Amino acid sequence: MRASLAVTALAVLVAALAAVPWLVSDYGLGFITNLMCYVVLTVAWALFSGTTRYVSLATAAFFGLGAYTVAMLIKEVPIYATFGAALVLGTLVAALVGLATLRISGMFFVIFGFGLSELARELLVWWEINRTHTMGRYVFVSFDTTMIYEHLLGLAVLVFLVGWLLRRTRLGVALLVIGDDETMARQAGVNVPLAKVTMFVVSSVFMTIVGAVMAPRFGYLTPNIAFNPMISFQVVIMALLGGMQRLWGPLLGVIPLIVLSELLQIRFPFWYSVFLGLVFMVIVYFLPRGVTGLVEDGWELLRRLSLRARLLRRQPSGAR
Amino acid sequence: MSLIEVVLGGVITGGLYALIAIGFNLQYGVARIFNLAYGEFLMAAAFAAFWMFTLGEIDPILGLALSVPVNFGANWLVYRVLMLPLVRRARTRDDLEGDTILATFGLLFLLKGAAQLAFTPDNRFYNYLNVPMQIIGFTFAANRVLAFSVACAVGLAIWLFLTRTRFGAAMRALAIDPTGARLVGVDATAMSALAFAGGGALVAVAGTLVSTFLTFNPAIGVEFTMKALVVVMMGGVGNMVGSLVAGVLLGVAESLCSYFIDSGLTLAVAYFLFLIVLLVRPRGLFGTP
Repeated sequence: MRASLAVTALAVLVAALAAVPWLVSDYGLGFITNLMCYVVLTVAWALFSGTTRYVSLATAAFFGLGAYTVAMLIKEVPIYATFGAALVLGTLVAALVGLATLRISGMFFVIFGFGLSELARELLVWWEINRTHTMGRYVFVSFDTTMIYEHLLGLAVLVFLVGWLLRRTRLGVALLVIGDDETMARQAGVNVPLAKVTMFVVSSVFMTIVGAVMAPRFGYLTPNIAFNPMISFQVVIMALLGGMQRLWGPLLGVIPLIVLSELLQIRFPFWYSVFLGLVFMVIVYFLPRGVTGLVEDGWELLRRLSLRARLLRRQPSGAR
Repeated sequence: MSLIEVVLGGVITGGLYALIAIGFNLQYGVARIFNLAYGEFLMAAAFAAFWMFTLGEIDPILGLALSVPVNFGANWLVYRVLMLPLVRRARTRDDLEGDTILATFGLLFLLKGAAQLAFTPDNRFYNYLNVPMQIIGFTFAANRVLAFSVACAVGLAIWLFLTRTRFGAAMRALAIDPTGARLVGVDATAMSALAFAGGGALVAVAGTLVSTFLTFNPAIGVEFTMKALVVVMMGGVGNMVGSLVAGVLLGVAESLCSYFIDSGLTLAVAYFLFLIVLLVRPRGLFGTP
């Protein structure tokens, strides 16, 4: 009964979100599209990094890979074919990166992710200048912001579903154990490298597809726009600010930071950088479990207080 | 330009990379702090040299007398105030690495944003010893040769410090076995703070040298942090001689790449080398597998 109620409520919520494009202005639509883009990226990031606790800085690389695949193929094939190509490429690259870096230790993985988008950008700039003699590509298709938004909403539903299912499978449990103690996981018979690489691929493919879907939104793409390292940093900070113990935790980080970046990033980009730095430090020193942790602590406190109040009321004062 | 000149040019750049990597290695190998804001201190030293030169006409090499102690002190404070609480609360080394990555990430953004606000994001350059110089028949820019010589001198000093002094021995012990070092009476906290600050002093030297021959802006830090990381991983964590060899190797590889292929691909070269080491010798060139 409770489960079916929850499913109905979620279905209503998704339907309401799907109707948003017809209710808001163009500016509002742009804003909520951006929001939805980061929701998918952040939840996808948390799928892998939240469980294994490996800080992945490769988000921008996969986002850019998806976006640029679409930009390069859009003149030759229909748009869904370009999405398909992005899916295949994303899977291949994620598997290669995962196999090369995740076998050994967490540190290599962090460093590799750190520079992967820069590497991709550099190689692509070189390729475009020397081989194709283009710099920047136009993405003109009949795929407007409403379509982009609806696709992102679909991806959001999918990524939440994957996350929800993951918590009920052997793979999900295995990843949680790896996050807790990798040696113990190995002792318990978990195939550690396989579990890590699988999850990394799933998470990265989501990011690639988000990049692909977002490509028409830019209209004009250069390697510098597609592989913007800021995307990686923002995703990490959003997920950590929200907290990752709950599937919905990252949402609590995405919303405030998107609002702030909307207010600051264009007009005061340097203040935005300073501010991001401060948020990072606040999380590390004061909010290790993110806003979710804060909410849970508050909830627990309320529950205990109300419980105590009820107990006190039940005991008549004369009985003491 | 002959091939020998290209290689020698690479060695000169590589010497600087080695210096940068040795500083990072002191912070990561000895103090166990993964400092992603490392390059930001290089950027700060470069700006210090720039302002001293353009406003006060102070020779960058003399300016080291000011920027090195300041950076040493600043890094010592960073360790004592920001890193030590994380060291104390960490249960395992993995915990500590996760926390320090995030905290120094915050520091990176903070310092970069502050520098952009204070100095504007413009590119800066000044002319210092920008004259050709003949060495055994080959021509080099004098500022690069000076940078290489200073890097060598500082590198030698560090090597003597690490191998000939009690402090140096304590630091090497910490790098190899932190628990064992504590057992024989090494004050791990004080030594780590010293090593961290020493890394900061080295990167101040490197930043000053970089500013004499490269154009720079407040955003250059990340690139140098990344190169330092790659070199340290190639040479082995805690292995200073390894960093030296790997740094020179990276410089030569970059130089060859820009001669034969394209100068825009230097980061790709660093990554390519890193990947090879990762796949073939995951513990670094000199690590025991």
